[in-house]
Amino acid sequence: MNKPYLRWIVYAVLLAGLIAFPRVASRYWTDVAVFFGIYVILGLSLNLILGEVGLFNMGHAAFFAIGAYTTAILSTQYGVPLAWLFPLSGIVAGLFAYVVTRPIIHLRGDYLLIVTIGLNEIIRIALINNPWGLTGGPNGLLVLDRFTLFGWSARTPADFYYLTWGFIVLIVIALVRLQNSRIGRAWNYVREDEVAAAAMGIDVRWAKSLAFTLGAGLAGAAGTLYAAKIRIISPDSFTFSESVILFTIVVLGGLGSIPGVIVAAGALMVLPEIFRDFMEYRMLVFGAAMIVMMIFRPQGLWPSRRWVRELETETTPGSAGSPPKPGAAAPAARSDA
Amino acid sequence: MGIFTEQLINGLTLGSIYALIALGYTMVYGIMRLINFAHGELFMLGAYVGFTLLMSQFATGAGPGLLLLAVVVLAAMIAVALVGVTVERVAYRPLRHSHRLTAVVSALGASILLQNAAMLLWGKRYQAYPVEFVPAGRFELLGVHFTAMQLIILATALFLMLALYFFVQRTAIGMAIRATAIDHDTARLMGIDINQIIRLVFVIGPALGAAAGVMIGLYYRQIHYTMGWAYGLKAFTAAIMGGIGNIPGAMVGGLLLGVLEMLGAGYVSSAWKDAFVFIILIGLLILRPHGLLGERVAEKV
Repeated sequence: MNKPYLRWIVYAVLLAGLIAFPRVASRYWTDVAVFFGIYVILGLSLNLILGEVGLFNMGHAAFFAIGAYTTAILSTQYGVPLAWLFPLSGIVAGLFAYVVTRPIIHLRGDYLLIVTIGLNEIIRIALINNPWGLTGGPNGLLVLDRFTLFGWSARTPADFYYLTWGFIVLIVIALVRLQNSRIGRAWNYVREDEVAAAAMGIDVRWAKSLAFTLGAGLAGAAGTLYAAKIRIISPDSFTFSESVILFTIVVLGGLGSIPGVIVAAGALMVLPEIFRDFMEYRMLVFGAAMIVMMIFRPQGLWPSRRWVRELETETTPGSAGSPPKPGAAAPAARSDA
Repeated sequence: MGIFTEQLINGLTLGSIYALIALGYTMVYGIMRLINFAHGELFMLGAYVGFTLLMSQFATGAGPGLLLLAVVVLAAMIAVALVGVTVERVAYRPLRHSHRLTAVVSALGASILLQNAAMLLWGKRYQAYPVEFVPAGRFELLGVHFTAMQLIILATALFLMLALYFFVQRTAIGMAIRATAIDHDTARLMGIDINQIIRLVFVIGPALGAAAGVMIGLYYRQIHYTMGWAYGLKAFTAAIMGGIGNIPGAMVGGLLLGVLEMLGAGYVSSAWKDAFVFIILIGLLILRPHGLLGERVAEKV
């Protein structure tokens, strides 16, 4: 896309399609599009952590859960309107992430991965055990309030559709701006080489912490949307397999790639809907597809341009025996394990 | 005595099973720097293969007998080792030189695939494990009570762990495994066939996991197709606690985790016992980032 006006035409067509969709599609598919949208937000939020900074977070569902439960608890017990809870859940989830990741943020690669899985499990077990009678145990909580904004309230699937996708358009713009900012470049630098980044004056800890906080905050806000839409939340919605799906969305889409996340979320959410008739075999095929996709498209469905440039410089002869560089922690561990 | 020794014995039994599973994780990680997420599923498959054999014609009519159990465990180990080698060939080898996250996702895919294959083969319900082949009875040793089952599990696990330890430390092939873990390129220059070593690791790890699967079935008397993930996660936690990539570390970590979990269940709360395990893991990683017996690896650049 060398011609700039072509790019704007593509954007205009996409936006028109986005607006027209619920008028054309059935209620059922509009609903599917809402959940697809929620996964897009979650994928984008994890992409900040995993894609941009390369922090292996496989417990992202925990932050989503914090957002959804904050919404449900404050809404039912204290009558806080859902529209206020939208930012508030994000702030709570972000603060939570900031506090809990502080002591573990220095952990590398797979160590961070296992700790975030553990975090996910701790949250899920805590929700099931109903601390102080807040979370409703295994049955979860009901959300009775409706999402109301300036007198407009979300009732039909189309309302939720516009709410979700309107929010996505806003955050995509914000995230693209962020990617090209000082912060975005610092994040990528940390991902590629922590030591060099630190030597260039980047506060590595701060950069990682910021990514975790922002990513978790966004996931928390997605939690409010989810709670408002589905109206009953239970610990089953925030299991490790949820985190695995989000992790897969980001890697499958292409690390650090915003369009990649959207395409991958679509593939993972919409394709199973199409193959509903093969219920029993669905997950079998899903697992096989994950392997096949990684073998034939390791760079992701829609790799980010920065990433492609890096991959091209990676394939130097003589490196056949050792894993390529972008693993960050891998080469360090390789030589002196 | 009383609750403490009882939970200690329960913990050691469970811990020795965790240790067997953890060895599979730690060996694969040591050689390939890959968390083999499918390993928990291989363990689960071992339990199901053992289940099928014990329920089949072959076992009917046979009374309690250690020989029969040994044959079943061995058969499960062989069957699951074949699956393990296949998983490596299909899902991991093509990705050996690509970004490590792609291998992680491929491993997760293999895990989902195997789990659902088991669901389709053996059904969604819990299966009651046939335990009539295990000799009944209780023993007392130094004032501590064991059941025969616990004794068999502990002895078998200990035997397998010692066998592995001597294999890796004292044989030429074991030396090749250790060399490969340190540096693939140099090992290759020394004439070691890396592919063979990786294949061997994918025979040993899954075979140990399968033995652990049969033990869990016999010990808890029921199995389910989703159990691979829960035990796999605990075992991986144990491997990290001991220092990932370190074989004695996985053994120590497994036993420690089993004991801590059972003591936590006995004294604190059994509803929170799984959370307890992860809290300990996080605490340990903050204090000793490379595990109990781990070498300082990741921070060298």
